[in-house]
Amino acid sequence: MSYPKLSALTAGMMLAFTAQAAEVEVLHWWTSGGEAKAAAELKKTMEGKGHKWKDFAVAGGGGENAMTALKSRVVSGQPPAAAQIKGPAIQEWGEEGVLSSMDSVAKKEGWDKLLPPVVSNVMKYKGQYVAAPVNVHRVNWLWVNPELLKKANAKVPATIDELFVTMEALKKAGIQPLAYGGQPWQDSTVFESIALGVGGADFYQKAFVKLDAAAIKSPTMIKALDTYKKLKPYTDKNAPGREWNLATAMVINGKAAMQFMGDWAKGEFLAAGKVPGKDFLCVAAPGTEKAFTFNIDSFVFFKVPSKDAEKGQQDLASALMSPAFQQTFNLNKGSIPARTGLDMAKFDDCGKKSSTDFSASAKGNTLVPSWAHGMAMRSATQGAMYDVISQYWNDDKMTAQQAADKLAAAAKVM
Amino acid sequence: MSNTNGTAHYGFAERWLPRVVLAPSFLLSLVFIYGFIAWNGYLSFTASRMLPNYEWVGLAQYEALFASERWWVAVQNLGLFAVLFIAGAMGVGIFLAILLDQKIRAEGALRTIYLYPLALSFIVTGTAWKWMLNPGLGLEKLMHDWGFTSFTFDWLVNPDYSIYTVVIAAMWQSSGFVMALFLAGLRGIDDSIIKAAQIDGASLPRIYWRIVLPALRPVFFSTLMILSHIAIKSFDLVMALTGGGPGFSSDLPATFMYQMAFTRGQMGLGAASSMMMLATVAALVVPYLYSELRSKRRG
Amino acid sequence: MAEQGKFWRAVVYGSLLIAAVYYLLPLYVMLTTSVKSMEEIRAGNLLSLPLDITFAAWSKAWSTACTGVECTGLQPYFWNSVAMVVPAVAISTALGAVNGYVLSKWQFRGSEVVFAMILFGVFIPFQVLLLPMAQTLGLFGMANSITGLVFVHVVCGLASTTLFFRNYYVGIPDELIKAARLDGAGFWRIFFRIILPMSTPILTVTVIWQFTQIWNDFLFGVVFSSIDSRPITVGLNNLANTSTSVKEYNVDMAAALIAALPTIVVYVLAGKYFVRGLTAGAVKG
Repeated sequence: MSYPKLSALTAGMMLAFTAQAAEVEVLHWWTSGGEAKAAAELKKTMEGKGHKWKDFAVAGGGGENAMTALKSRVVSGQPPAAAQIKGPAIQEWGEEGVLSSMDSVAKKEGWDKLLPPVVSNVMKYKGQYVAAPVNVHRVNWLWVNPELLKKANAKVPATIDELFVTMEALKKAGIQPLAYGGQPWQDSTVFESIALGVGGADFYQKAFVKLDAAAIKSPTMIKALDTYKKLKPYTDKNAPGREWNLATAMVINGKAAMQFMGDWAKGEFLAAGKVPGKDFLCVAAPGTEKAFTFNIDSFVFFKVPSKDAEKGQQDLASALMSPAFQQTFNLNKGSIPARTGLDMAKFDDCGKKSSTDFSASAKGNTLVPSWAHGMAMRSATQGAMYDVISQYWNDDKMTAQQAADKLAAAAKVM
Repeated sequence: MSNTNGTAHYGFAERWLPRVVLAPSFLLSLVFIYGFIAWNGYLSFTASRMLPNYEWVGLAQYEALFASERWWVAVQNLGLFAVLFIAGAMGVGIFLAILLDQKIRAEGALRTIYLYPLALSFIVTGTAWKWMLNPGLGLEKLMHDWGFTSFTFDWLVNPDYSIYTVVIAAMWQSSGFVMALFLAGLRGIDDSIIKAAQIDGASLPRIYWRIVLPALRPVFFSTLMILSHIAIKSFDLVMALTGGGPGFSSDLPATFMYQMAFTRGQMGLGAASSMMMLATVAALVVPYLYSELRSKRRG
Repeated sequence: MAEQGKFWRAVVYGSLLIAAVYYLLPLYVMLTTSVKSMEEIRAGNLLSLPLDITFAAWSKAWSTACTGVECTGLQPYFWNSVAMVVPAVAISTALGAVNGYVLSKWQFRGSEVVFAMILFGVFIPFQVLLLPMAQTLGLFGMANSITGLVFVHVVCGLASTTLFFRNYYVGIPDELIKAARLDGAGFWRIFFRIILPMSTPILTVTVIWQFTQIWNDFLFGVVFSSIDSRPITVGLNNLANTSTSVKEYNVDMAAALIAALPTIVVYVLAGKYFVRGLTAGAVKG
């Protein structure tokens, strides 16, 4: 019995060793549609520089499966050259001592000048670049079907109060006001925009970035939670478990009037042949016109065994930051480039608005990280907060006060 | 057994060969099952986050686990799920087996239909299930379209009932297998016993209840074993159907463990939860194994 | 009496048919959706019959759908799965057979304990094994290869296969072995000449069982593979379970059916032998 197994074993070893030579393996979860096209662009660029692209795509649940696969890779001593990781998770990986510095590339290309400090701080571990950003998503958008609003004689809401006036008018006209997808990350995405609208950027910073217990238990938080729960009568009862894109489809098809969602929703509208500004509107979530919750996708670089692989990694870093890639990629993905000073002419109105708001909010200190998208807290804390928000939304017996207390407890989970 | 008297005749090779043959499997499970469990146990006493580390924190992870509301929901769900699923699959399976045993035409086709779900993983059927159970898309909508507007079936989206939809899908997958096991058992029973009882004037249900089913005790126990191990390991099912939602109302320990250890960077907590799972399994299975082996030795 | 008999027959057939509908429903939804066009899916009821049958989604799922940067459909992953399943099933079944043989016919001091230990492995939640297994595979240079996946499946399948064979062999009378010994047959000779020829039913059951388990595995596949060794379940997941783009449900469903096809075929063709094998004694004890 042991002979075939032994030979299989040695064969496996040889396979593994020969597979090492000068490949750039990249873990990502952009597996279809515009995202996959964008990733294919990156592959082309890298192959142009003489590297072999080894695709390590793992889809599912916003990267849950990908994280599992990545951890096992790192543990097995064969990390990919780069992986799609963002936010404070970059610091967490840095602490494990497995990341590799890209400072040589960053210095040469002057990343410090190309990136706003809010962005570059996230990309650095102990002062050195370990990651490269590819885009900036704005999360606090409200997507509107103007035709339905017209039918109900309602106007596009700019404040939280107006939001409820509009929703009431829609409901009276027999139109479902909100398209909602009841999955934990979506629950928190909506709540985050509401909390920003109710409490403003300062409150948001204190409660969700600094995790200040006083702010989390403050009357502002209670009000934010109450406001969030008040949205529920304006959604349908089939929302739990619904994918975000199906909720977007409800707005597209006129089954619901509005949706809170980040700017990736734009891709769905465009794919359905809708024109921004005419068939659908992108406006800042009510009460957050001046603020901007950002969600930045980035790639971190792992320590790799060979010089060849390191060279590939550096070329990848430089390709990711190149104006050409940042533009093509973001045109496909609905976001805006992470590096500043790029020509926005090719982008549509939503993209242009996002870009100007990004710069304006950076100056006005109202640029805040989206905690629902892993930009503000450690993954454990974020997960515990998800649990609270989803439980609160789904459990009609739970009060805002109870939810606030639970949030405070969740903030202590590290 | 006979081997104690028999050893005298065995040559040296014959005496050691069985051990040598068994050794690779023994070593594999020793290292890869038990070794890894021990390693996992050690992790549960450390502060491991994203990756394993070896910073000792004592019982802190267990304290965090027992304080976690989500964990207790998962445990409660497992209890509810296991009882309903095992009873349901067993009931439906036995019922179908008895019906199929009545000299049914097209038995082969029906058997295949009942059995095929076992061939499919929930990675494959998850989306279809989600659709059918979703009130806005599936059964409820169909009934409404047909004019039964008062029909409601919204368990999937109701936090109080979501775990029951998991039971329905799990029964769908496994009850056909139970049917096959019991049908096999029924076919193994001597027809003459049934005929004799019939001549005595006993009704068919009575014969099954009093004579046939009691004769299937061993089948009953091995089915119980198989079903309970499916229940404890249920993972794909929940991931595909509800993702543990709404909220975390349909979480099970296996999904809890996966989330904590791999998605949330709380590897120590995940390790602690899996140790609790293993302890529960051991508490249930070890007595069974013990009695099983004892009875074998006596027999 | 005859009237009543007819009535009960009708009830029996009725119940069986209702059950059949329940079992077939998911398959029905998948099949009809896979041959509809996207317009029809958006507009209609998901339980309605397709108006216009098209196999475009099937060919897309097989050969051109994107599962990442590569747009090769499920085709390469399908063959990866085949390359993984065949050796994994063969090795785990073979080991299970000899283990079962030893544990039932060549018991020695402590063999029962070994059996209990192996058996307990059936109950272990496999998530526990992921990281240490990754480390070990890395150590042996088997990480991210089909060899590695085969190894993992063999280790995790041993418990079930050993259990199956052991319980089946317990039912074979010891006298047969004794008689063969008297004729001078040894350990292997008895196994190959007497035991193995009697094992067809249990071999069928074990092979079908292992084939289904390994073909359908997602967890190990996603964690221990790379692009060259990725099994079909992972390919399917990448194709269908994308986070931020337009869904093509007909392609998703066609892909799911392609992934499920081998196991469905096995059950339809060999299901009879599966049930027969169970009858022949796999369920004893």
